[in-house]
Order: sequence, then C-alpha cells, then structure tokens
Amino acid sequence: MNFDAASFDPMSFNPQAVRAEFPLLMLADPLLHYLDNAATPQIHRSAMEAMADHDMFQRANIMRGTHHLAEAATAAYEEARAQAARFLNAATPDEVVFTAGTTAALNLVAHSFGDTLRPGDEVMLSLAEHHSNLVPWQLLRQRRGIVLKFLPLTADGRIDLAALAGMLTPRCRLVALTHCSNVTGAITDVATVVAAARGVGARVLLDGAQQVQHGPVDVQALDIDFYAFSGHKCFGPNGIGVLWARGEILEAMPPFLVGGGMVGEVTPEGSTFARPPQRFEAGTPPIAEAVGLGTVLAWLSTLPWQAIRAHENELLRRLLAGLRQRSDIRILGPVDLEARQPVVSFDIAGLHPHDVCQVLDRHGVALRGGHHCAQPLIRHFGLDGANRASIAMYTTHADIDALLDGLDDVVAVLR
Amino acid sequence: MSEELYQQAIKDLARAGHGSGRLAAASASARLDNPLCGDRIALDVRLEHGKIVAIGHDTRGCLLCRAAASWLASEVPGVAPEQFAAAHRELLALLQGAATESSVRASLLPFSPAREHKSRHGCVLLPFEALQRALTEATAD
Repeated sequence: MNFDAASFDPMSFNPQAVRAEFPLLMLADPLLHYLDNAATPQIHRSAMEAMADHDMFQRANIMRGTHHLAEAATAAYEEARAQAARFLNAATPDEVVFTAGTTAALNLVAHSFGDTLRPGDEVMLSLAEHHSNLVPWQLLRQRRGIVLKFLPLTADGRIDLAALAGMLTPRCRLVALTHCSNVTGAITDVATVVAAARGVGARVLLDGAQQVQHGPVDVQALDIDFYAFSGHKCFGPNGIGVLWARGEILEAMPPFLVGGGMVGEVTPEGSTFARPPQRFEAGTPPIAEAVGLGTVLAWLSTLPWQAIRAHENELLRRLLAGLRQRSDIRILGPVDLEARQPVVSFDIAGLHPHDVCQVLDRHGVALRGGHHCAQPLIRHFGLDGANRASIAMYTTHADIDALLDGLDDVVAVLR
Repeated sequence: MSEELYQQAIKDLARAGHGSGRLAAASASARLDNPLCGDRIALDVRLEHGKIVAIGHDTRGCLLCRAAASWLASEVPGVAPEQFAAAHRELLALLQGAATESSVRASLLPFSPAREHKSRHGCVLLPFEALQRALTEATAD
C-alpha cells in the first residue's frame, strides 16, 4: 500500500478522519471509548490488508526457496525489515532483528548479550521498568552472577537520573531503561543516560514499547545501542516485534534460539551460524505479521506528528485537568505535559482499580486497572494497582469526557 | 435474583469485613495472589474437633474478593471442611452457569452476576481457594 505523505498537512490533523482507518473503531459499538492504548492500540487497516494480501497472493516460506512465491515472500519480508530500519533511522536493515515482540527482544538481549557478561559485571535498570525489562535480567543474574542495580525514582515516579553518575562503575556493561513509562507516561532523558553510560563504557538499551505509537524513533540521534518494540503497540499486528542493535554488537552476540534458518554448516559434530540478523531468527518467522508491521510503519512514517502531538496533548491536558478537579483522585506520575506521553495512571481513594474499570465499562469506557506489569513502580506509589487511561492519535474529546463523566457513577456504584 | 454486580449485599459484605485480621492461633494458613489483577490474601483457619471454628484473613483486593473473604468468615465457622467444600463447589457451579438458583445456598446468590464476567471469577474464588489450601495443609498434618 502506498501512502501519500503530501496529502497530510503537517500542521493539522483530523482524528475523526484517522478513526475511519481503524476498522474496529468504525464497526464497534458507537459508545465505545477506547482508552487502553498503552496495552494495545487498535490495528490500522493497512496492516490487516497487507497481511491478508500476503497470505492470499504470496504465501510461502522465506529464504532458500527458488520458486516465485518463495522469492516474493522473501522480498516482502525483507522489505518489511527495510521499512523498520527506516522507521528507526537504523544505519542498515541488517541491524533489525524480527522477534515475537518487545518481551522476546529483551529476552534475546538478556540471553545473548547477557552470555558475554562475567560474574560481577553490572546491569543498571530502574524501579520504573516493565517486568519484561526486569525479570530477564534477574534470571541472568542467577545464571551469570551479574549485579543488578536499580535507579531510584523521584516523587512523581520519574527515573531519578541525578543518581545515575554516582551509581555507575566501570563494571557496568549495560544501562537498560524504558524509553517511556507504561504507567506514568514519563519519557526518559536519553541524552543524560547515554552521556553517563559512555563515561564508563556501558551500552544503552531502551524499551520502546510505549514510545513507538507516538511516532518514529531515531536510534542514531539517540546514540543508543539497543532498541526494542512490538508491532501491536504501534497499530500493527500481534506476534511480531523488533530488536534493533548496532551492527558490531549483533555481530559479537552468540545465538539464543537455534534451529533452522540461522545456521551456516551443520554436521553431527557442530554448527556454524549465520550472520545477523538471520542468526537471531531461528525457525519460520511470522512472515505475514512482519509484512503487516512493515506496512503500518510505512504509514506511520507519513503522518504529521507535530499536529498529532498537539492533538494528543490537548486531550491529555483535558484529562489531567478533569482528574485534578476531584479531591478523591491522585494522579501517579507527572501532572504536566513536559517530557511525557499521554498515559495517565490514577488512584481513586478506597476504590480498587478492577471495580473502577468494571463500572466504567458500562459507560463504554475501556480502561485498564491493575499493576500494569510494573509492580516495583506501583509499590513506589504505595499501591497494589492503579487505573490507567492512555490516549492514541484517534482518541477524541468525547472519549475523555466519557471517562470523566463516568467517574461520578463509579463512586455512586461502589461506595 | 439481582443481576447487579455491585449489589448492596456484596457491598455490605465487603464493608463488614468479617474475619479481617490474622488469627493468633491458627491450625493452618495460606497465602495466595491473583497474578492477573494483583489481589492478595493471607488466610488463617482454626479447626477444633473436626470443624472450622474461626477464619481470619488479610485481604488486599477488589470489592468482590473482599466480599468473598468476608462471606467465608461469616458463613463457614461451625461447619466441617466437607461442608465448606460443598459450598466451594456450589460457587464454582454458580460462576460457570451450571447451577440453578435453587441448587445454591441463598447466601451465595449475590455473587451470581459475576458469572457474566469471566475476568472476575478469580476475584471471587481467591479466598475460597486460599481456605481450601489451608484446609489441605491442616488435614495433611
């Protein structure tokens, strides 16, 4: 599918028009107010169509096949890789490894790059991490005897980077942080992290799961070493994601999952392994999903992000103001618009998030309640769980108002 | 039978908090959590002469979970473990839509609307599963 970038005015954005490109939003109950975008935004029509077209007209396994369908499938898969490289401004598509998602990408790094670490080497995390950027490192600590360090948090839940310089040592091999918190929406100050990490020779990894639905990423400008994200977090398919890493780092990493497609020569005595990215893509990958992801990344790359940002911030301002009017609500995380994405978690005094979300569902408001796979961060706020509203480009004022209007009923029903 | 999930009987049970707090002299204890939602319960049971005589619990959970824990502490003391097991089966059948109104004790009926919300079954069942685990431990000793 071709997207005409010229058709977008960079200074204007019409959320109603873009909603029409999301089939579920058009077909669902008109009273649906979908505010669970941090968990999974809706899938864009282009991705659905690209996957269906691929499986209808060019389904075959990739690589090695010489028939025309295999060649077409391989070309489509590699074009998706090239598109992901363009979305990330990677130096070359060979730096893009397709994975099952962010979690799989982070596990890949923890196993493969992790296998190059020695006992006593340090990995720096923070207390704001999603479990996917925490548990793999805990298991690496068990396997390799590494040391995990956790950056503390500020009162409003941001990663306290003032503590970074004092915690880094020459034994630190990796600083692995979220690019954007899935609970507070806070964006990490990557430049500060990179400057400090370079000072001790440590690599920098960003968990980009929450960032990618808000626009393309420039890994070269960020000057980082690893970036991970999921297709389903950026209006694309489930079951596909990306690990980007600098070419020289991937070259030095041993394989993790092994099997077909990632080897050179195999004998009973042993095997040699393919170069990246194939070294890290054992078995038949989710080909149609990769094609769908490539298509949606192409679409995302054409959008007027400055105008989308303004739209999302307008809704975010409205949401924050509405929540702050209520004395029984406590917002977790930043309450301003600075350096954050439109993800807002909040607690209603005495009301459990699951009950809150259940009642809001009657108003058509799809919210998420729980620990959001970030238990250390939630505990930082003294809670077991929280309510989370997350805004996407297609969110409207009516969605925000439905949430705010529903809160009175929540209190009436539950108290 | 009301189909309101948060009907007054459920809210009253949760608010009453029967059995809140740990038992000083417990025959057995169990600690369970629901990884999907973060509900947690630490539950103690005291058995005397083959009967459950007291239940105490520290429950951090949603209204349904707290109501279920409160129901246990209110309704179960005085019965044998087998009778609790029967109530547990009735609740399961109720949530699975496999029970008729007349086949379930009346005090469990306020939990009936939760059957329409599969994601909430674990909330209601968590205290029952904790008590079952504690009883298994107690009878194994």
